[in-house]
Amino acid sequence: MSDTFDLIVVGGGPGGYVAALRASQLGMSVALVESTHFGGVCLNWGCIPTKALLRSSEIHHLLHELGTFGLSADNISFDLSKIVGRSRSIARRMGGGIAHLLKKAKVTTFDGRAKLTGRSGEAHQVAITKDGAAVTTIKAPHVILATGARGRQLPGLETDGTLIWGAREAMTPQELPKRLLVIGSGAIGIEFASFYRNMGSEVTIAEVADRILIAEDPEISAAARKAFEKQGMTIITGAKVGPLNKSENEVSTTIESPKGKIDLTVDRVICAVGIVGNVEDLGLEGTKIQVDRTHIVTDGFCRTGEAGIYAIGDVAGAPWLAHKASHEAILCVEKIAGRSPQPLHPLNIPGCTYSRPQIASVGLSEEKAIAAGHKVKVGRFPFIANGKAVAMGETDGLVKTVFDAASGELLGAHMIGAEVTEMIQGYVIARTGELTEAELIETVFPHPTISETMHEATLAAFDGPLHI
Amino acid sequence: MATDILMPALSPTMTEGKLARWLKAEGDTVSAGDVIAEIETDKATMEVEAVDEGILGRILIQEGVEGIPVNTPIAILVEDGEAVPDASSEQAAAAPKAETASAETTPAARAAKAPAEDKGERIFVSPLARRMAHERGIALDALTGSGPNGRILKRDVEKGPAAPKTAPKAAATPVITASEETVRRVPNSTMRKVIARRLTESKTQVPHFYVSIDIELDALLALRSKLNAAAQENSFKISVNDMMIKAVALALKKVPGVNVQFTDAETLHFENVDISMAVSIPDGLITPIIRNADRKSLRDISVEAKDLAKRARAGKLKPEEFQGGTFSVSNMGMFGVRDFAAIINPPQAGILAIASGEKRAVVRGSEIAVATVMTATLSVDHRAVDGALGAEWLNALRDIVQNPYFLVV
Repeated sequence: MSDTFDLIVVGGGPGGYVAALRASQLGMSVALVESTHFGGVCLNWGCIPTKALLRSSEIHHLLHELGTFGLSADNISFDLSKIVGRSRSIARRMGGGIAHLLKKAKVTTFDGRAKLTGRSGEAHQVAITKDGAAVTTIKAPHVILATGARGRQLPGLETDGTLIWGAREAMTPQELPKRLLVIGSGAIGIEFASFYRNMGSEVTIAEVADRILIAEDPEISAAARKAFEKQGMTIITGAKVGPLNKSENEVSTTIESPKGKIDLTVDRVICAVGIVGNVEDLGLEGTKIQVDRTHIVTDGFCRTGEAGIYAIGDVAGAPWLAHKASHEAILCVEKIAGRSPQPLHPLNIPGCTYSRPQIASVGLSEEKAIAAGHKVKVGRFPFIANGKAVAMGETDGLVKTVFDAASGELLGAHMIGAEVTEMIQGYVIARTGELTEAELIETVFPHPTISETMHEATLAAFDGPLHI
Repeated sequence: MATDILMPALSPTMTEGKLARWLKAEGDTVSAGDVIAEIETDKATMEVEAVDEGILGRILIQEGVEGIPVNTPIAILVEDGEAVPDASSEQAAAAPKAETASAETTPAARAAKAPAEDKGERIFVSPLARRMAHERGIALDALTGSGPNGRILKRDVEKGPAAPKTAPKAAATPVITASEETVRRVPNSTMRKVIARRLTESKTQVPHFYVSIDIELDALLALRSKLNAAAQENSFKISVNDMMIKAVALALKKVPGVNVQFTDAETLHFENVDISMAVSIPDGLITPIIRNADRKSLRDISVEAKDLAKRARAGKLKPEEFQGGTFSVSNMGMFGVRDFAAIINPPQAGILAIASGEKRAVVRGSEIAVATVMTATLSVDHRAVDGALGAEWLNALRDIVQNPYFLVV
């Protein structure tokens, strides 16, 4: 087997494996180095297994709402080990799918960790080790670093695997914590809060900022808070979490907030306070690759400061989203292949949170659009006025659109409610294709669908909605 | 049925214009042939006539708006009693015919916001970029698309049309910084922009060279006095300029290699001698044309030149009266200048710069004498005309001016 490739990809997550597949499609010989599991965190410990858990918890919730739909059932119960088991088996199945795809694409895979060890002529050398032992050294003129990221550990809030959980422990519970504290209200924290609340835990969310889901439009944040509180969650914003005092099977702490001090005792704590890039032991030292706060600095085509070395996905910085990693993988590889890809526009990357209710957005919030100097036209449409949403019993929801008043550019779209994560792509297409309100208004939306709220929210920003 | 009134193309080269004035208001009844608006183009103010009768339902473009691309709907004409649509019917699938008096406005030119589509070439452009370009009066075919497959995107409109090659240098020139109180900012008129664009094009794309010659004017001045003295009751008054136009025309007939136009594929040799004469007007200059000047009498030229100059200053020239000459004459004789060189007026290949006639010492044989002498400088496009030919033409011109009976026989 040759030790020289056209491209070496380090990391087999949604960035790395997609880069390898695309490079293979374009006729390159590709090596992929992965230390743990194909599919990365996304597939194994993130997006996919949590969606499996959330699905179970949604059904659990619906079972308790059966009366609303004219149904009844007795003895509703669940087996947590089976819920977690289903989630794990789905992750395994998807990971197996990736291995198959890579094999089909004739990507040479290496089991181990990769480290840049300098140049050999035009090529970069990559040393592969497994459990500290040298495996082999391979080389290629192009190396893509796609090593991903991990949960940030804050002093005093370190995860311990038993009482203080990170995402991994949180998605493999052996028993349901009766009382749960979730620190951090980004997408990850909110999804776990939603899962456990739906399953019956008492959930408290502590968020240091003055609102939850800080990445979202404030109006959506407020609607989400209202919905979660209605479900019985306790949400503390502006929260400063004091020392976590662990006893045998519970944790007590004091949370300070503008509303005062709260003493809290819970069974488990989930820490979801941000992400740090996996930049260690990659051999970046002594290269021209720059690292800024645990993330590799790249340009619009994912190029680092070192010619021939690229970084994509979480290790290259926010937003830490699998679809961003995959998209960067494609454009990075196409650029290497001499094609003319488009740099990724950060405002065209949608964000999704799969809580109940779901939250999805793209582009600028109203306040950011105004801060950027736009004169805006804002449209809103509530799910309560949408026939399908009412029929589905999903009336908690809102679509908000932000348009530039002068040009009609869709600056941002912000949605909360059932299925909005499946619908946001409509607005993403509008942004990517640079459609204006005229095209959105011209579009025939199918009836009856919840997506009609997207049409109405556009009309609301201009001529006025029809159904409210 | 409501029909759009479109921004007319008042000349073959017109791509955009300014809506100078509405002569009808919303709700006014118009008949075919009524002048409904005035359009200011690069060179002149033109009238827009209605073709159909109806009621001016809605004015879409207000007075004073500049840079309106040709074929943009400017108003909506409706029938009596018909509801007035909010927007032009352009978006509607069954777009009605264009309705203005301009010969250039054809139904095929309906792709109003994308003039280049008229050339049969599809322009890929996002709806947002199309709208922004339209609002900024930027022609889509002037933009370079940076999106997938060359699609024109918002960022391309924000970047603006590709600048001429010299622009980066020009941009690097330090801008004179001065406090706001000492600077009066005058927005560039349409004409000023066109002068800037065309002359920059000429100086950067046309390789100019210059040949000067001294011409004695005494014989021509004497003839002029006699001719004007013979005029009955001031029925005409021939100027030196009139005579120079005729002399230039005759010289072009005699040395036709200068009456040409260079194109990449071929050089065009013109049968007709149409002289563009530079006329200074309040905000710039314009070059009305004396057509077939070689075949016209001095009297005809004189009458025509006066009329053209007068209407040029009033901004009332028709496009065909200032577009399409074969050679230009710029006369600064009245300003007391000794000599100057003019910039070629593309696509023409030559322009003659005429300076003041003045008494100078001349050598005849071995004697010094006094004569009225003027320096004339020919600027020519070296791609089409070489040095020897330019010199030959200037000599022919001098021969005619110094033997002015050529002008009247």
